[in-house]
Amino acid sequence: MSDELKCIHCGNSCGKTPVLFEGNPFCCSGCSTVYQILNTNQLKQYYQIEPMQGVRIDEEKRPANETYAFLDLEKFRSKVLTFSEGGISKVSFFIPEIHCASCIWLLENLHSLNKGVIQSFVNFPKKEVNITFNETEITLRQLVELLVSIHYIPEISQHSIEKPQSSHLDKKLFIKIGVAAFSFMNAMIYHFPQYLPGREFLEADMKKLFGWLSVALAIPVLTYSASDYFLTAYKSLKKKIISIDLPIALGLITLFTQSLVEILSGKGIGYIDSLTGLVFFMLIGRWYQGKTYQALSFERDYKTYFPLAVTKITDSGNTTIPLEDLKPGDRILVRNQEIIPADSILKSSHASIDYSFVTGESMPVAKTEGDFVFAGGRQVGSAIELTIEKDIQQSYLTQLWNQAENPFTANNRLNTIVNRVSQYFTVIVVLIALSAALFWLANKPEIALFAFTSVLIIACPCALALTVPFTFGSTMRHFGRKGFYLKNTAVIEHLYKVDTVVFDKTGTITNAESSKIRFVGKTLSPEQLKMIKSLAFHSSHPLSKTIYNSIDGDELMLVTNFQEIPALGITGKINDIRVNLGSRFFVTGNSSGNENLKTEVWVYLDDEVAGHFQLENEYRSGLKELIADLGKTHELHLLTGDNEAEKVNLVSHFGTEKNLHFNQTPTDKLNYIRNLQKQGKKVLMIGDGLNDAGALNESNVGIVIADNVFNFSPACDAILQSKQFAKLNHYIRFTQRSIKIVNAGFLISFFYNVIGLSFAVQGNLTPIVAAILMPISSVSVVVFASFSVSLSAKLAIKG
Amino acid sequence: MSVVFILVFAAILMAGGFLVAFVWAVRSGQYEDTYTPSVRILFDDMVKKKEPEDRSQKTEKGNGETEKIESRGLQSQLAENPQPVTRKIKQN
Repeated sequence: MSDELKCIHCGNSCGKTPVLFEGNPFCCSGCSTVYQILNTNQLKQYYQIEPMQGVRIDEEKRPANETYAFLDLEKFRSKVLTFSEGGISKVSFFIPEIHCASCIWLLENLHSLNKGVIQSFVNFPKKEVNITFNETEITLRQLVELLVSIHYIPEISQHSIEKPQSSHLDKKLFIKIGVAAFSFMNAMIYHFPQYLPGREFLEADMKKLFGWLSVALAIPVLTYSASDYFLTAYKSLKKKIISIDLPIALGLITLFTQSLVEILSGKGIGYIDSLTGLVFFMLIGRWYQGKTYQALSFERDYKTYFPLAVTKITDSGNTTIPLEDLKPGDRILVRNQEIIPADSILKSSHASIDYSFVTGESMPVAKTEGDFVFAGGRQVGSAIELTIEKDIQQSYLTQLWNQAENPFTANNRLNTIVNRVSQYFTVIVVLIALSAALFWLANKPEIALFAFTSVLIIACPCALALTVPFTFGSTMRHFGRKGFYLKNTAVIEHLYKVDTVVFDKTGTITNAESSKIRFVGKTLSPEQLKMIKSLAFHSSHPLSKTIYNSIDGDELMLVTNFQEIPALGITGKINDIRVNLGSRFFVTGNSSGNENLKTEVWVYLDDEVAGHFQLENEYRSGLKELIADLGKTHELHLLTGDNEAEKVNLVSHFGTEKNLHFNQTPTDKLNYIRNLQKQGKKVLMIGDGLNDAGALNESNVGIVIADNVFNFSPACDAILQSKQFAKLNHYIRFTQRSIKIVNAGFLISFFYNVIGLSFAVQGNLTPIVAAILMPISSVSVVVFASFSVSLSAKLAIKG
Repeated sequence: MSVVFILVFAAILMAGGFLVAFVWAVRSGQYEDTYTPSVRILFDDMVKKKEPEDRSQKTEKGNGETEKIESRGLQSQLAENPQPVTRKIKQN
């Protein structure tokens, strides 16, 4: 296929009829338009930085002209803008399409396209562009439309406006690490002379100065850098839980007091270097674990799906009103590609609604006047009129989010490995410290207190606290590199505990995009196939496109009297022969029979019904192996909103029909998960659409399958790239390895603790022993955790 | 040995200076995006050469057509001989 023409904008195949502009081939007029815009503005370098990386938008997915009218309203303008004064405004857009160097270059050269743009800055990891512009020259709406015209569509939703700034927390952690590092390095310098032979010659003044400087350095570390540890220790103690932070806080306080006493009494210099080092290492661990995928959103609720404003039809004309002002009984206008905000009744004669966000099914559903339309669907085609039936909060799908928090997930979150281990750990350490103190009280009372504090100091579970962040942090990074993105590291532990896997069908185990097509009926001659292809060419309906692409050949015949009857089908004349394509009712005049079981397109040709095309879902490759492998260790279930048409196929995959459930509503799915959890099962739910949102939320781990991970996905714990679907079992297996590595890390840190404690209980813990032992234990645990995860990731997850 | 006292304070001042610089860098958002600048630096040539054109467009109204034509000439030369940036971007 090397001679196939590729669109110079997006690199897609141009098909048989390329759009030509200045001798360059384009796949569609949209791509050619962007080229023309860039060409006239001297921005053709876009195509030289990285060739064929342009963004393609299908004709029918382009937003309508009025879509961004709401940005003219002051209410939204001020919400979207981050800064505005004296006509100069700043705005920040999330653009999922940002993916290459060309994107950065073009978006940062927006000022060449419109003089109103003063400066634009791209943040690539966040897929964000920050634009400063002059509102007297370009309005916010025009700016957004400018971005849309070059195919970079910004995501503007309730969610993106209200999104809290997460970077603030990151900054604070960085500064805490910086302060700890500063104190650690300097404290080491002051302590170092004391560890060398000949330290007894050190002047007393110098010793005193070093001591006081160390204390001064320790104060910001304790009060600022380590403040979180004290706070969480206090909070969990109040809830009568012993968390890992308690022994840490205890150790830090003892370290500081012991050092203070030694410095004050002039006995020594204390353990400040160990103290600051500990805090530094632990903060590094926290930073490593806290990595998040900035451009991905795991927290989307129903608000993300809905527009900020809708067009309301009133007697005096159309007005744009904010979504929250929408009331039942209102008449609204929904244009091409706009989302239906609330459950409503169709007032126009026909509508074609794409429920792919809701069900994962990519074929639009035809609706006629008076039909009930659920919120969340997307209108495809010309604008339609609707009457709102229910409040947005009361809508069928949004109710899923508004249901009460799940008691199971809430409890599980606290029960992590570290906290379980640290409960025993803390009790044992305190017992050892007490018995050491009692022993010395009887034998050598003057060192009893020292032995007691030494135990608390050396047993500070720094290495213990580092094991989990580094093991899980590297696991998460390895998953991310392979297309499996976790919300946070806690998901790894939940994934490990899962014993039941529930699949959604459409869009999850089947491919949303492609489907198998086959013709049922009399055998068609090549001539007849050509006629069907020619007719289908004239319609933009997805079904027509599928049929058009499924028939080979590139010659088209002339179609006359072409007519598209919405929701029914298309008709036309070729060589004076009438050809009809469409629904069973449209072609045969008979709507009874087993309709709805499968998507069918009926064909009328040569004065007779020739038969029908049947569309079947195509299962994702590797599904069989995945199910066979997962089935060995996990209980498998399938929930689908579809009918039983595919039952035979599915049973052959799953082996049994016991756990296959058809015709499930979103609420059924949610209750099903709840029931499983009531039986004590840990449930992993894999879904893709809005209709799974309740179930995904409810399950112990919810994974969303997405073709483009930056686009819409319901709230979940993890996002899996659809092409990695077949490797799901490897990921689940790998969490078991991670847990093993954590356990091994615990063993290592216990080993160091035993050595340290043997010094401590004898009252021999000198600052130099602490200064050597504590960093070594931390560093070796970190190295062990990161290294073994990398190694086993290489072995376990291939490709 | 008293010289060590001076050195100790000099050292802590210097380290403190670095700490302040680090805090400033974090606060000013330099750690928020550690990737884009590495790509952006490769575009610099183009952006710098663009500036005169922007200025010429602003003065265009006063100075007539000639300047505009000159800058267009420069631009089209650039467009014909652009510096290709061959660096590939990672997809995270």
